[in-house]
Amino acid sequence: MSDIVLDVQGLRVEFPTRKGILTAVDDISLQIRRGEILGMVGESGAGKSMTGMAILGLLEPPGRISGGSIHLSGDRIDTLDDRAMQAIRGRRIGAIFQDPLTSLNPLFRVGDQLVETIRLHTDLDKSQARTRAKDLMREVGIPAVEERIDNYPHQFSGGMRQRIVIALALCAEPELIVADEPTTALDVSIQAQITALLKRLCRERGTAVMLVTHDMGVIAETADRVAVMYAGRLAEVGAVEDVVRRPKHPYTTGLMGSIPSLRKDVEELQMIPGSMPRLNAIPPGCAFNPRCDHAGPRCRRDVPRITEGDATGAACWLEQTGTVEEGAIA
Amino acid sequence: MNIRPNAILEVDALERRFDVSAPWLNRMIERKPRRTLRAVDGVDFVIQRGQTLALVGESGCGKSTIAKLVTGLHPPSGGKIRFHGDRDRLQMIFQDPFASLNPRWRVGRIIAEPLRTLRPDTPEDTVSARVDELLRTVGLAPADGLKFPHEFSGGQRQRISIARALAGEPEFLVCDEPTSALDVSVQAQVLNLMKRLQKEMELTYLFISHDLSVVRHMADVIAVMYLGRIVEIQPTMDLFANPLHPYTRLLLDTIPDLDAPKRDRSPMGGEVPSPVSPPSGCSFHPRCPLVFDRCKQERPERRAEVHDRRVACFAAEAGA
Repeated sequence: MSDIVLDVQGLRVEFPTRKGILTAVDDISLQIRRGEILGMVGESGAGKSMTGMAILGLLEPPGRISGGSIHLSGDRIDTLDDRAMQAIRGRRIGAIFQDPLTSLNPLFRVGDQLVETIRLHTDLDKSQARTRAKDLMREVGIPAVEERIDNYPHQFSGGMRQRIVIALALCAEPELIVADEPTTALDVSIQAQITALLKRLCRERGTAVMLVTHDMGVIAETADRVAVMYAGRLAEVGAVEDVVRRPKHPYTTGLMGSIPSLRKDVEELQMIPGSMPRLNAIPPGCAFNPRCDHAGPRCRRDVPRITEGDATGAACWLEQTGTVEEGAIA
Repeated sequence: MNIRPNAILEVDALERRFDVSAPWLNRMIERKPRRTLRAVDGVDFVIQRGQTLALVGESGCGKSTIAKLVTGLHPPSGGKIRFHGDRDRLQMIFQDPFASLNPRWRVGRIIAEPLRTLRPDTPEDTVSARVDELLRTVGLAPADGLKFPHEFSGGQRQRISIARALAGEPEFLVCDEPTSALDVSVQAQVLNLMKRLQKEMELTYLFISHDLSVVRHMADVIAVMYLGRIVEIQPTMDLFANPLHPYTRLLLDTIPDLDAPKRDRSPMGGEVPSPVSPPSGCSFHPRCPLVFDRCKQERPERRAEVHDRRVACFAAEAGA
């Protein structure tokens, strides 16, 4: 069997509204292999969370998948009904969300929540499940497990709560974990602990991880590969060190330049003029062309794409064909 | 070294306590004692005119409380704040550009409010000319004054907040996490604007942030806070080149570094303890790798080493 855990091809997510159909995710193709962390990065509204939600089958109606396919270890999952998808969520795909307080039920002890989840997805009996819950809590680095297992969520700090959520996601040993801004609500020193934990678990268990975040620093630190999203489309995909150090897409270049450095001194940060277009006002051609210094006639007419799921590169005519002129042929 | 003719703000032994006791009845029935939270616990610093001092630290360290004390939104429980300037020329920029603008007011009215309040005898046509000018200063168009806040993006709203703060011709701005709610590319626009304005108008900033890379870009002097106290204060470049306090080192060690992707590290354990019951002695001692007995009993004071460079740590004093 191939080691491709998640295979997304040409995914489109649409929201029909009174004013017309909004395309939140527009022709996204990507793959994640066993033990690999793929970072999905982009600014608010770029469609990164929407992609994660589509994979989890948790799109809020009227949002819907309107094209493309999602395969999990060879099984197509985007066509499954809600009930079948519910069986996959938790068992084969784990989810970690931003706010650990809303992912846990405040009325139940964390141990009971873990035991319930473990028993739902495995054949273990109650005491076996409890033992397994303790093992999981130890694995995610919770001290004094024997006492803590009977605590309620509010008795844990933010960082510890996020560890519990990670333990919950691991209950059924899923093939894939979708982590949506898992460290955004946490302070930097705790954030470092959580990303280190995710990295270790991914490495030890061979779980594939889709790490969705707006924080380029977290991506640089944690991910193996990065997919940069802009206005619902992929702008650039590549190995993390390439995208961070030698970005190819003008948007990624601007994004990297706009982050204050910890080493270099600059009087003025690089700016990308303007802001990301709203979904109902995406310009024709490359969505980034109105903000791009290199934009030419072709950029205003044709949409550049990254087509292959395992491809690396930039969705940019200049990068792909060396020219932005009208008559250029790809 | 105590003569600082150019100081605009001097904060001395500043304290702010909050009563977080259970309600009276519960205290009587459950015999719970009164509890106080020391949000700011003996803080002192000086800001020079035209400079930026940054307060940096994790959530709950008291940095936003200091912003509220300096602007007078909270009265201090102890200590002194001396502002050597015109109180009317002290303004504040808040973190959330969605909550800090009145959604029912047009942008022009929002920006004009400080003018109308502070200089009520300004003629109406001067006010509107000034609003147009302020909108242009922050990179918006005069026509935007007729719109409502919801018609703007987060970055544009923060520009409106800045324009409003500038309306009263301030000399001192307290900026509480002004870019934390913004995307990085928008953050860059706002930070550049703030730097440009500082130069043009000789503004002084008290800049509060949890983001060390932003602070490094903006500040002349950085004060690192932990549980209501300043543990270290140094000029920016010195702090990054030679952090003295173990907590500063932990912070610098844990921030992701874009110039070194895929770095493997073993983050230091532990978390910030509750400020209601802070640890004895140096409040950082349970997490400190350099801890020794004295740290658990005695509270280290920030010893003036050189001008603007102080650290509250026994180990650092001993040269560790």
